[in-house]
Amino acid sequence: MLNYDLVVVGGGPAGMAAALQAHEDGVEKVLILERADSLGGILEQCIHTGFGLHYFGEELAGPEYAGRFIEQVYNTDIDVKVDTMVLDISADNVVTAVNNFDGLLTIQAKAIVLAMGCRERPRGALSIAGCRASGIMTAGTAQKYVNIDGYMPGKTVVILGSGDIGLIMARRMTLEGAKVKAVCELMPYSGGLTRNIVQCLEDFDIPLRLSCTVVATHGKDRLEGVTVANVDENLKPIPGTEEYIPCDTLMLSVGLIPENELSKNAGITLDPITNGPVVDEYRETSHKGVFACGNVLQVHDLVDFVTEESKLAGAGAAKFIKGEKADAGVVHTKGQDGVRYIVPQNVNTATDKDVKLYFRVGRVIKNAVLTVTCGDEVIMTKKKKKMTPGEMEYITLKVDTIHNLPKDSTLVVSAKEA
Amino acid sequence: MMKYDVVVIGAGVVGALISRELSKKNIRTALLERCNDVAMGTTKANSAIVHGGFDAQTGTLKAKLNVRGTELMPKLCEALSVPYRNNGSLVLAFSDEEMEHVKTLYDRGVANGVPRLSILNAEEVKALEPHVSDEVKGALLSASAGIVCPYELTIAATENAVTNGVEFIRNCEVTAIAQKADAFVLETSQGEIEATYVINAAGIHSDDIARMIGDESIELVARKGEYYLLDKSFGYMADHTLFQCPNAMGKGVLVTPTVDGNLLIGPSALDVENKEDVDTTPAGLDFILAKAKKTVPTLNIRGAITSFAGMRAHPVTDDFIIGFSEKNDHFLNVAGIESPGLSAAPAIAEMVANLLTQKAELSEKESYTEKREAPVRFRHMTKKQREALIEKNKAYGRIICRCETITEGEILDAIHAPAGARDVDGVKRRTRAGMGRCQGGFCGSKVVEILARELHVPMNEITKFGGDSKILFDKTK
Amino acid sequence: MEKRELVCVSCPMGCAITVELDDNGQVVSVTGNTCPRGDKYARQECTHPERMVTSSVRVEGGRLPVVPVKTSQPIAKELIFDCMKEINQVVLKAPVKIGDVVIHDVLGTGVDILATNEA
Repeated sequence: MLNYDLVVVGGGPAGMAAALQAHEDGVEKVLILERADSLGGILEQCIHTGFGLHYFGEELAGPEYAGRFIEQVYNTDIDVKVDTMVLDISADNVVTAVNNFDGLLTIQAKAIVLAMGCRERPRGALSIAGCRASGIMTAGTAQKYVNIDGYMPGKTVVILGSGDIGLIMARRMTLEGAKVKAVCELMPYSGGLTRNIVQCLEDFDIPLRLSCTVVATHGKDRLEGVTVANVDENLKPIPGTEEYIPCDTLMLSVGLIPENELSKNAGITLDPITNGPVVDEYRETSHKGVFACGNVLQVHDLVDFVTEESKLAGAGAAKFIKGEKADAGVVHTKGQDGVRYIVPQNVNTATDKDVKLYFRVGRVIKNAVLTVTCGDEVIMTKKKKKMTPGEMEYITLKVDTIHNLPKDSTLVVSAKEA
Repeated sequence: MMKYDVVVIGAGVVGALISRELSKKNIRTALLERCNDVAMGTTKANSAIVHGGFDAQTGTLKAKLNVRGTELMPKLCEALSVPYRNNGSLVLAFSDEEMEHVKTLYDRGVANGVPRLSILNAEEVKALEPHVSDEVKGALLSASAGIVCPYELTIAATENAVTNGVEFIRNCEVTAIAQKADAFVLETSQGEIEATYVINAAGIHSDDIARMIGDESIELVARKGEYYLLDKSFGYMADHTLFQCPNAMGKGVLVTPTVDGNLLIGPSALDVENKEDVDTTPAGLDFILAKAKKTVPTLNIRGAITSFAGMRAHPVTDDFIIGFSEKNDHFLNVAGIESPGLSAAPAIAEMVANLLTQKAELSEKESYTEKREAPVRFRHMTKKQREALIEKNKAYGRIICRCETITEGEILDAIHAPAGARDVDGVKRRTRAGMGRCQGGFCGSKVVEILARELHVPMNEITKFGGDSKILFDKTK
Repeated sequence: MEKRELVCVSCPMGCAITVELDDNGQVVSVTGNTCPRGDKYARQECTHPERMVTSSVRVEGGRLPVVPVKTSQPIAKELIFDCMKEINQVVLKAPVKIGDVVIHDVLGTGVDILATNEA
C-alpha cells in the first residue's frame, strides 16, 4: 500500500489547481491520478480561445491554459500517474486504482480531492426515435475526432442543443469545410454563452432554431437526415411543423452530467439538482477529508471559475490535513424563486474568508434583484442586468456576516424581476 | 471455389446453434452471414426471454421446441459461458376475464408439458413483485422461464463452432442459388460457394432465400417490435419477467430484467412492408411506455438508456417452418422463427442436426471441444484475480470504458476471438464497452483507435456495424 | 443616423451594447458596455470586425497527428477562410512546443500563427 497526504482523482484543470494549492499550502506528499494519457483533461481538445480571461487576463486556447498548470505541476514534487483509473474509494480513504504499468494500486490518503469532471448526456437519454445509423454522436466526441485524431466525423451537420460545446463545434466543423445546417435548441433560449452564439453561429450564418428539436433520425448505415419540429410551451413537438433536413451527422450538445459514480459508491451525499456532492465553503463533501471541485461538483461555463473553486478545495484539503479546518457548525444554503441551486450547500460559521455562493437561475431574468435572507432577516441584495440559465452567477458573503449567522439556519438566495 | 458439405445461411441465434451442432460431425460446414457480425437481425433486438412454453397451441412445433429448448438452455449456457438466469415469468391478469385467460394458459401449458406452473392470487403476486400495479388480480407463474442475452449466446455458439472447425464467412450475402445434380452453387458477395446441403436460417429473409431454388412455400410477415432499455438503477422494478395477457399480435408488452441487470420494456407489434425498417417511432415508443405502466405504474422514462426496434419473421401459418424443401431435399428450411424462437433455438438446432444426420448419414467427430471458456470480465473479478490477470497481461490494466470498467485486454480478446469483433458495435456486444451511462461518448473513439490498430486499417475505415456505417470521413486537411 | 445592437464578445459577460453611427458610418456613441474593452469592441465591430482563428495543423512524428494553433492576434473577420487555407497547407515536424511560430505574418496581416500545445 502506498501512503500519500493528498490523492487527487483527475488531472484536468480542477485536479491540477487543487493539487498545486495544497502543495503550496505545505502538503508534502501529493499524488494526481489521471485516466487519460496526459494531464490537462478535456482542455486538451478545447483548442478554441477564450480561456484564462479572468484568471490570467489573457485569451488562451484550452491546451495553453492547461499547459501552464501542467508545467507548474511538473516543476514541483507532486507525483503524477497518467493512464490510471480509480476504481474505488473506501470509507477510510483508501483509493484503489489500476493502470498497465503498476497493475492494481492501493493508496492510503489523509485527504482526497475528487476532480473527475463531467460527461455529456447521450442520445439514449433523449429517446429520439429513428434509426441506429452511424453519424450520431455527442459534440464532445466529435471534438475529439477533429482536434485530437485529425479526422472529420461529418460533412453535413445538424446540431441538437445549443450548449457551448455544440456552438464551438458548429464553428469548428465549418472552418474545416463541413456544412452546418442548423443548431436546434429545445428551450426558447440558448444554453450557451452569448459570446459563442455571436462568434460561432452568427459569424457563419448558421441558423439557431429555438424551441425546436429533432424528432426522428433517418438512414440505414450512415445517417441520411433528421426530422426537426418546433415544440410548444410544454416542450412537446407541434404536429405539422416537421421539417426534413438532409445531413450525415447529428451532434448532440444537450447537457453535461457530473461523473459521480465514484462519489456515489463511496456513499457521498449528492445534490439532486447539481448532481454533484453536497459541499461546504472549502468544498469538503459529506465524507470527512474528501473534497470535490470543478465539473464533478457543478457544471461550469468557465475554466477560470473551475480553477478558483479548485484552489479552495486544495486549500481546504491542506487545512484538513493540518487539522486547521473550521468545524464549529454550519449554515445551509438554498436557492429559491428562480435560483435553482447554491454551491456550497453548507458554510461553516467559523470560516476564515469571504464566501462566494455560486448558482444558476432557471429562466432568463432581466433587471433582476438578488436577495439573500436568513429567517426574516434580509442579509443583502444585489442588482443584475440580466441573468440566464446558461451562465453561472455568484454573490459574495462577507466573512463577518457569516460569523454572525446562527448555526443550522438556512440562507436563502432568490432572484426576481425588479 | 470454396466447397462445403453444409452451408448454413444466416448467423442469428438459430444459424449459430445449428452450426455448433454440425461442428460435432465429420463434415465441412460454413456459416454465411450477410452482415459484418453475427446476431445482426432478429437476434439482436428481441425480448431476450426463455419462455415457459404455455403460449403456443398444443401440438405445434412452437410448443414442442419451446418446451424442449427451455429445458436445454441452462446447460447450453453453462457450456458456452453465457449468462442465463432462471428468474421465472408471470402472466399478469388485471380483470376477472383475464384471470380466466390465465387459467386457459395454465391448462395449455400442462398439455404442452411445461413443468412448474402455478396460478397465484393478487397477494402472492405482490409478494413476489412489489412494484406491480395494485390492479393486479392474479397471475400464471412459470418457474422454468428465464432470461438470456441472445447476442451473447449467438457470439458464444459461433465462437465454439469456429473452434470446432466451422468456417464463419461474414459480409457474405447470398444473391442466387444454382441447383446442380449433386450440389448447390451459391452466388455470394464473397464469390461462389459450393455446398451439398444448404440450411436456410436467414430469418426475415428466409422466404427470399427459399425462392432462389423455386420454393415459394414460405410466407412471412415482417413484424416490427420496439423496445426501451432502462438504466441498471431501474432493474429493481421487476425480478420475474412480467407479461400481460396475450393478444392476436403476440404476447403484448412485457417488463423484464435483463441478465445484465437493466430493465427492458416492449415490444410494440406493427406489421411493416420494409424488412429493413428497424427505425423506432415516437408512436411505438409512447405505446410501449403506456402499456408497460399498466404493469409497473412507477416506471419513469428518465431511466431510458436507449431504445431500439427489432424485426420478427411472422409466418402466416403461425408455426415454425422446419424441414427439407419440397423443391429440393438437400435444402433445409428453418424459417418463421418468431417468438418463442430464442427459447426454442437449442431444440431447433438439435432437430435440424438430427434431420441432417439421418439424411446424410453423418458421423460424430472424435475430438470436439464442448466448452467455450468464459471471456475475461474484469469488472466481476476480485482484487486477487485482477492482480493475477494484469500480471499475465498488462493490457488488462488499462481501462477503456470507464462506465462499465472494460479493459483494453477484454477488447483485444473480443477482436481476436474466433469470429471476433470487426466493428464498434461488435466490440460493444462482446465486452459491454460503450453500453454504460455515457453510451460510448468517451470510449467510442478509443475503441475505433484499437480496432484500427488491431485490424491494420486507418481509423476512417472502422464502422459502427459494417456496410456504409463508417464513423469518420477523411482526415482534416 | 443608424443604431446597431451588439453583444460584446470581448469576454463571456456578453454585454448588450448599442452603437450609434452617423451617415458616413462613423461611430457617434457606444452605450451598454461595462468596461473599456466593450467600447473598443463595439467601435471595432462596426468599422472593421476582427476575430481570433483557431484550428490545427498536421504534425509528423509527434505524439498526436495534429497540433492546435491560433492567431497571435485577432485578424479581419473576412480573412478567416483565407487564413484557414494557409493553416491547412502547413505540415510540422515534431517536436512542437507551445508558442512556436507555425506561420509568420499570415496573409501579410502582421499576425503569426502559433502552436497552442505540445506535439
